[in-house]
Amino acid sequence: MLNELYQEIILDHYRHPRSWGELEPPKITQEGFNPSCGDEVILDLRLDDGRIEDIRFHGRGCSISQASASMLAESVKGKTLEEARALIQQVLALVKGEIEGDPETLGDIVALAGVRNFPVRVKCATLAWHTLEEALKHADSYTDWGVK
Amino acid sequence: MATTRLAIDAHEIRRQFPFFQPHPEMRSVIYLDNAATTQKPYAVIEAVSHFWAYQNANVHRGGHGAGAKASALYEAARECVAKFLNAREPAEIVFTRGTTEAINLVASSWGETFVRAGDEIIVTEMEHHANLLPWMRLAEKQGATLRVWRITDDGRLDLDALRALLTERTRLVAVVHISNVLGTVNPVAEICRIAHEAGARCLVDAAQSIAHMPVDVQAIDCDFLAFSGHKAYGPTGIGVLYAKRALLEEMPPYQVGGGMVRIVSWERRQWAEPPAKFEAGTPPIGEAVGLHAALDFIDSLGREAIAAYEHELTEYALRRLQEVPGLRLHGPVPDRAGIFAFTLEDIHPHDIATVLDTRDVAIRSGLHCAHPLGERLGGATARASLAVYNDTSHIDALVEALHTTRKVFGYA
Repeated sequence: MLNELYQEIILDHYRHPRSWGELEPPKITQEGFNPSCGDEVILDLRLDDGRIEDIRFHGRGCSISQASASMLAESVKGKTLEEARALIQQVLALVKGEIEGDPETLGDIVALAGVRNFPVRVKCATLAWHTLEEALKHADSYTDWGVK
Repeated sequence: MATTRLAIDAHEIRRQFPFFQPHPEMRSVIYLDNAATTQKPYAVIEAVSHFWAYQNANVHRGGHGAGAKASALYEAARECVAKFLNAREPAEIVFTRGTTEAINLVASSWGETFVRAGDEIIVTEMEHHANLLPWMRLAEKQGATLRVWRITDDGRLDLDALRALLTERTRLVAVVHISNVLGTVNPVAEICRIAHEAGARCLVDAAQSIAHMPVDVQAIDCDFLAFSGHKAYGPTGIGVLYAKRALLEEMPPYQVGGGMVRIVSWERRQWAEPPAKFEAGTPPIGEAVGLHAALDFIDSLGREAIAAYEHELTEYALRRLQEVPGLRLHGPVPDRAGIFAFTLEDIHPHDIATVLDTRDVAIRSGLHCAHPLGERLGGATARASLAVYNDTSHIDALVEALHTTRKVFGYA
């Protein structure tokens, strides 16, 4: 069970986070915070023509929360907003054990399914995805800034 | 460790707790999260259960025998708390929902009456949010200034630093007796004396000390002291505010409603005497009965004996924890209580707690409701905390699980 949670791919994303850092403005910045454990994920997004043109994240927290953010950043770059929203729902369902993950479409993300057996860790895995969900709510107003 | 020399036999004590007995629905757990809440002995569970089953009635209201009996039980619990704290009289004991409500009561009632614009309140850097946020809010509300009494690098409070902070505008010093993160045992009697010399009141948060060492409000000479039942082998939903009688007399009610008033007419109101003045509404009666049983349980072991036993166990834990490579312990060494916040290599505390959980060792990780202190310490920590039913085998299991954690995360 422990091996499923701390798969090598999770630890690799934790130790070598992809897309780590911040973007230059204009951008959407969304902070995600888990007050009970102190996990923090900050997403920077640049949208263009209905797509996530670029994304960076930084933050601090446990291996699951940070690896999950790294996987998120890697996987949603270049996706349309609809595709990203669909992926969020798929990942949330995956970590809650509602669906089985398809490695073909999800890639590294399937490793997050290991949290199912650790109910208290589900919120670690979902933090980045809920943060992106929140960020995309501001997507419409962002388009306006892009015009400027 | 020679536990046989001591009056405490942890194995025997665990037999008094259903949580530690084999049960088909429960995995056997090494419970080291006692700073969050303690387990409950049969004596407490049975006292509460017996009350709800056979003694239940509202207090101070009934025109019937059951009401009188419930009132007597509730007031007996108050007397028990008064004796336990060595208060001058039961009227100095106000029942609340917990430490948090007790401190909020003081901040609202005493604070909004006696703290004015330009006044100052001193809080320590090691306070739990329960003894921090009420004072932050009060300061904002009243236009007062919050002064932070910083900790030393080894997690202690320096009394000279307090003297430097006190001014003629200081109204209150709010200090924790035992830090829920650092395990520091603060010299509260001296702190109260210094505060009083400067004309300030002193409030002591005894949530982490009440079940682990003798707490004597007259010896400490605090103006206010708060604790929760559930961290002292008692039920949740019950806590205590101790305050000196003269202060309770001059404080306005916290909440208003049934049971806290003598006369109500359209023209006037006259509040009841303390402590009833501060206990609006039906109080937590069954919980008070449970608290009574919990304090009796503690006294049956003896607080001096508990303190001596936990002190030896703490020394053992400090030795064993220091053997774990890459473990960094916060707080003073060796003179401290059995609360150990630590980090291990660069493994996140949340991950430590999860690995330990798979080895059936229950600890807590995070910021422990003390975010400003967490910032000072550099972020989240893992925390193991002791109670009287723990023994050296539990420390050994903790240390072994920490070695496992290192392996899972690739440390040789």
